[in-house]
Amino acid sequence: MSFLDLKNVTKIYPNGTKAVHETSLSVEEGEFMVFVGPSGCGKSTLLRMVAGLEDITEGDINLDGKLINEVDPSERDVAMVFQNYALYPHMNVYNNLAYGLKNRGIDKETIEQKVNDAAKLLQISDYLQRKPSMLSGGQRQRVAMGRAIVRNPKIFLFDEPLSNLDAKLRIQMRLEIKKLQQKVGVTSIFVTHDQVEAMTLADRLAVINNGIIEQLGTPIEIYDNPKSLFVAGFIGSPQMNFLDGNIKNKTLSAEGFEIKDIDSDFEGEVKLGIRPEHLSQSENSLINLKVDLVEQLGSDNLVYGQLKDKKDFCYRCPGNLTIEKGADLSLNIENNKYYIFDKSTGKRVN
Amino acid sequence: MTRFITSSFSHLILLIGILIMVVPVWMIFASSTHTSSMINMNGLQMFLGDSFYENYLRVLLYQGGFFKEITALKMFFNSFIMATGVAILSVVTSLMAAYALVYYRIKYATLLFWIIFITILVPLELRIFPTYSVMAELNLVNSYFGLIVPISASAIATLFFRQFYKTVPDELLESAKLDGANTWRFFVDFLIPLSKTMIVAMLIFMFVFGYNQYLWPLLVTTSEQYWTVVMGLKMMSGSIVHRFAFVMMSMVPPILIIIVLQKYFIKGVFQDK
Ligand SMILES: Nc1ncnc2c1ncn2[C@@H]1O[C@H](COP(=O)(O)OP(=O)(O)O)[C@@H](O)[C@H]1O
Ligand SMILES: [Mg+2]
Repeated sequence: MSFLDLKNVTKIYPNGTKAVHETSLSVEEGEFMVFVGPSGCGKSTLLRMVAGLEDITEGDINLDGKLINEVDPSERDVAMVFQNYALYPHMNVYNNLAYGLKNRGIDKETIEQKVNDAAKLLQISDYLQRKPSMLSGGQRQRVAMGRAIVRNPKIFLFDEPLSNLDAKLRIQMRLEIKKLQQKVGVTSIFVTHDQVEAMTLADRLAVINNGIIEQLGTPIEIYDNPKSLFVAGFIGSPQMNFLDGNIKNKTLSAEGFEIKDIDSDFEGEVKLGIRPEHLSQSENSLINLKVDLVEQLGSDNLVYGQLKDKKDFCYRCPGNLTIEKGADLSLNIENNKYYIFDKSTGKRVN
Repeated sequence: MTRFITSSFSHLILLIGILIMVVPVWMIFASSTHTSSMINMNGLQMFLGDSFYENYLRVLLYQGGFFKEITALKMFFNSFIMATGVAILSVVTSLMAAYALVYYRIKYATLLFWIIFITILVPLELRIFPTYSVMAELNLVNSYFGLIVPISASAIATLFFRQFYKTVPDELLESAKLDGANTWRFFVDFLIPLSKTMIVAMLIFMFVFGYNQYLWPLLVTTSEQYWTVVMGLKMMSGSIVHRFAFVMMSMVPPILIIIVLQKYFIKGVFQDK
C-alpha cells in the first residue's frame, strides 16, 4: 500500500451534489502530487476529504498504513494551506506558528526552537512579532507555509495557495514551494486550476474533470500523451487546436486536407488535435492559415488566424521569424505529432 | 460665507441640544451643594454652595428606608453586585448560546435562534408574576441570586454574538482543527479573543441594564437590605438637598463604566475585527 491511498472515494454533499465519483489514487511518500482541473470539478472536495474537513460518503482513505475515514482532523497529523491563508488574525506570527505545537503539548523550548527554524527557512524571522494584518500578501503566504512546516506533518495539503498573489509573486512563490518541498521532503498534494502551476510543480499530476480523475501521470506524460479530449485541451498553453474530421480506411479527412495511414483502426467522426508548437512552415503543406494577430513573446511568437473554413487556429513559431498580419502561411505537422479523439466519447484513438 | 453661516447654525442647534440636556443636571448638582433652607427659600441654584461634603457624606451613611435599615452606600453595593452579576452572567450565557447555535450541527438552529430572539418581545414586566412565583418556590426572594438570574438571559447579546460568529470565516475553524484545537479550545483561543471588543461592549450594555432595573428588584426584595440605588431613588426620604445628592451619585456608576471602557464600546457596537 502507498503512503496515501484513496480507494473508490465518493463524495455526495447533503444537497445532492455529487462532487467526487469513485476516485482511486495513490500518492507515494515524499511525492508532490498536483490536482488540476477547472473550477468546480471537485479538487477541493477531494483534498478536504484527505484533511478530514469533509465526510467521506463512500470509499476508504488510508494514510501511512492507517484507515483514516473516521479520524478527526485534529488527529490526522496533516497540515493545510488555504487559499486565503486563514492565518489567526489575533495572534502574532510566532503564535500562529506555535499554536499547533502548543496543542500537542510540546514543551516551550522545543516550540521556540522549531518556530525559529521554520521562520529562518521561510525568511520570516523578522516578522515574528507582527500580526498577520501587518504583513504583505507574500509574507502571509510564507507564514501560512510556516504554520504547515513547523509541525512536520505526514502530509501537506495546499488548496490554491497562490491564487491571491500577483503574477510575479506567484511565479516566485511557486518556485519556492517546490524547492521547499524538495528540501523538507514531505508528501504534498497541491490543488490548482492553473495548468502552468500544475506542470511546473508536480512530480505527478491528476487531471480532474467533473469529479473524475481523467488522467494521472507525470507532467510530460500527460502533455505528450493525453488520453482524452478534455486533458488535451486543458494541459498546454496556448491550448491545443481542435479540428473536426472523419476516419475511413485509416485515412483521416479534415476540412481541406487528408492524413493517410494513420495509426488507428477507428472509423467515424473524430476530433483532430494539434498543438500550436508542433507545427512548422513548409512547402508541401497540409494547413493554410490566414494570420489575424501575432503576439510576440520574445522567445516565441504566437500566431493566431483562421483556416479556410473560418476556424480559429494558433501556431507557435520561434521569436526570430517575422510574420505579418494578413499573411498566408502553409503549415505542416512536425513528426506526425497529432492526436485523434473519438468525437462522441472524447477518448483518444491513435 | 454661506458655509460659515450654515455651519454656525448647525453648531448653534447642537449647542442648544447640549444645554437642554446638561443644564437640569447641573442645576441639581449645584443645588445639592447648598443647605435645605437655602433651596426652600430661594429655589433651585445655578452656582455651587459650600455644603458638598456635608450633604454627600450624610446621604451615603444615613440609615434610610422605612425601617431605617439601609444606607445609600449599601444600596450602591447592592446595585453593583446586581449589575455586575447580570452583565457577567448574560454575556457568558449568550456567548455560549451563540457558539452552540452557529457551530454545532443543531437541526433547526435558525428556528431555535428566532425563538430565542422573539423573547425580546416578552419583557420581564410581562412575565413578572410567573417569574416571581418561580423565585418564591425556589426560596430565592431576598437574595442576590434572585435579583440577578431571572434577567440574565439576553436575546440581544445572543443576537450580536451570533451575527459576529457568522462573519468568522470557516477556514479559521478548519485551520484550527488541523492544528489540533478541539471545540472548547476554538471557543477559548479564537472566538473569545476575536470578539473581545464586542464582549466589553455587551458587558457595559448589560451592566447599565442591570443597574437600571426597578420593577423586578422592587418585587423580589422585601428586606430593605437588598434595596438597589434605583429603588432608593423612589424610596429615599429626607430633605431635598439630600435627595438631589443621591440622584447625582446614582448617575456615577454607569457614567464611570462608560468612560473607562468607551473605546471598546464604540468599537464593539460599530463592528470591529
Ligand atoms: N458545501 C457544499 N455543499 C454542496 N455542494 C458543494 C459544497 N462544496 C462544494 N460543492 C459543489 O461540489 C462541486 C465541487 O466543488 P469543489 O471541490 O469546491 O471544486 P473545485 O475546488 O475543483 O473548484 C461543485 O459543483 C460545488 O458547487
Ligand atoms: Mg476549490
